Amino acid sequence: MLSSTRVSATRATVRAAGAGFLALSLRRLTRMPAAWIGGAIVLLLLAVALAGKGATPFDPLRIAPADKLLPPSLLHPFGTDDLGRDLLSRVVAGARISLLVGVLVLAIAMSVGVGLGLIAGYWGGWMDEVIMRTTDIFLSFPRLVLAIAIAATLGAGLYNAMVAVALSWWPWYTRLVRGQLLSLREHEFVQAARSLGAGRPRILVRHLLPNVGTTIVIQASIDFGYAILATASLSFIGLGAQPPTPEWGSIIAQARNYMIDAWWFPTFPGLAIFLAVLGFNLLGDAIRDAFDPRLRSSR
Amino acid sequence: MARFILRRLFLLPPLLLGVSLLLFTLTHLVPADPAKLIAGEHAGPAELATVRKAFGLDRPLPEQYAIYLRGLARGDLGTSMRTNSAVLDDLRTYFPATLELTAAAMLTTVAIGVPLGMIGAVGRGGVPDILAQFASLSGLSFPIFVFGLLMQLTFSRWLGWLPLAGRLAIGDSPPARITGLYTIDSLLTGNLAGFKTALIHLALPTLTLALASLAPTARMTRSTMLEILGQDYVRTAWAKGLAPIRLYLRHGLRNALIPIVTILGLQTSALLGGVFIVELIFAWPGLGLYSVQGIVSLDYAAVMGTALLLTGLYVAVNLAVDVTYALLDPRIRY
Repeated sequence: MLSSTRVSATRATVRAAGAGFLALSLRRLTRMPAAWIGGAIVLLLLAVALAGKGATPFDPLRIAPADKLLPPSLLHPFGTDDLGRDLLSRVVAGARISLLVGVLVLAIAMSVGVGLGLIAGYWGGWMDEVIMRTTDIFLSFPRLVLAIAIAATLGAGLYNAMVAVALSWWPWYTRLVRGQLLSLREHEFVQAARSLGAGRPRILVRHLLPNVGTTIVIQASIDFGYAILATASLSFIGLGAQPPTPEWGSIIAQARNYMIDAWWFPTFPGLAIFLAVLGFNLLGDAIRDAFDPRLRSSR
Repeated sequence: MARFILRRLFLLPPLLLGVSLLLFTLTHLVPADPAKLIAGEHAGPAELATVRKAFGLDRPLPEQYAIYLRGLARGDLGTSMRTNSAVLDDLRTYFPATLELTAAAMLTTVAIGVPLGMIGAVGRGGVPDILAQFASLSGLSFPIFVFGLLMQLTFSRWLGWLPLAGRLAIGDSPPARITGLYTIDSLLTGNLAGFKTALIHLALPTLTLALASLAPTARMTRSTMLEILGQDYVRTAWAKGLAPIRLYLRHGLRNALIPIVTILGLQTSALLGGVFIVELIFAWPGLGLYSVQGIVSLDYAAVMGTALLLTGLYVAVNLAVDVTYALLDPRIRY
């Protein structure tokens, strides 16, 4: 009876401390102008993506040869492309794709990277050695070069490109998680859990994973914009989304041949990528600074 | 120091082995058949068999890898199935173009990024600082391929100041080959007209490639300088009445160099990735263009050769960074 009261009291304290940290960090976040600007851009992007087809004035795939390469006007604010498709509608449709790309790339990179990082950091020994030497090999390439190589292997296509970007990114998460686990695993609460008979999977998932959670989320919020950028780059090279998919990088690749006569063709989708990446970068940096001021760097 | 360098160089062969294994597995997982690509759509089974035999594609995979490794040990990177020449010769042709572009971009990064960061730190919170910070964040978020296209539109199509693409104008012959870097070769042979052509062709791709690296460099310089300018010895220097320029350069920048060199080393990786896209946009005949074409035509040997060369280069840059630390700070010994 007594011990259970004490345990629940401790739990309440812990929870209060956690809530305090969250509240404090959020308060710090709301005081940063970068967070507001970034947040506004991200919200706009989300709204546009969620509104989806209802928000586009035209069908993004509707071909109208008579309207080809029209400059921006009231009817077509971003102009039209070489097949007479409305560029505003295509850019709006691209927002949905790019957000999905960011989420999926990070989900894959994180599940592989965090999983292996937990294993390497907690087990140690030869398992650690094998996993970390593998990350060394992956990290010995420039990231984009590796993504290009993997995408080429898998074959051109949006989903393959996302997998390729994710596979070139997991080692960063592995290193991050492993580094933290090396110190975490020596903590008393891990010993306590072990002495109570908790198995390795339970210790990993219930005790260690929540402790690295903040770091992972911070890293993911910084990486989100780059995930969009990297996948768009693959599409631009021709290894990602294929026409007629209204993916931003792929629209710009098509625009290359017409840009001399139609400056609006590559410019508006280009600005869309820029704005999306800028928004996530601003927000990601602000979240890092607010939640972990020690990590605050290069600003 | 010599022992440290040797120890690091000893780690290179196992790393290259790992990279070659990873790439070999990756490239041979491709479901497409390179023999079909070489022999053509309508080739009969007999012709396919001949092509397979000629390139050793008929052997089991582990044996193919063993053959590749045996060649590698002799310095033979195999034969490109697309250009039909030795990969080593191809690399010799294409690598100088990439090296010239990357080196020029790195110089630009240092020449613009470091002063930009210093301006930010010295005039902290002022208009130049805010402008510099905004510029660096924008540079970080701007897709390199959009920037490249906009540069082409602005400087070649509208203003007509700079050439659209390529290393030389059509009809120009390259300078006598000494290093393969056109700017340096033309200078060495006293060919000033050639130097000018090489330089104006280099300008746009270099600026485009440098864009992504400028921002991190400027940001790192700014934050490190800010930290150093708050130190006691800097206050002492002020109190002694040292001229500001001397103070910022001798006391500030000199001590900020280690983190700056670190970030520059990391930027090499970004540059080597970006060079693929920049070469594609500006039709720059370098490794990026070579290997992207190699990827499309399933030219395994070409892709592997390029990757091994880039890995070696990357390791060399990291080693150079570590050696620079010791040169910059006498307290660092290996």
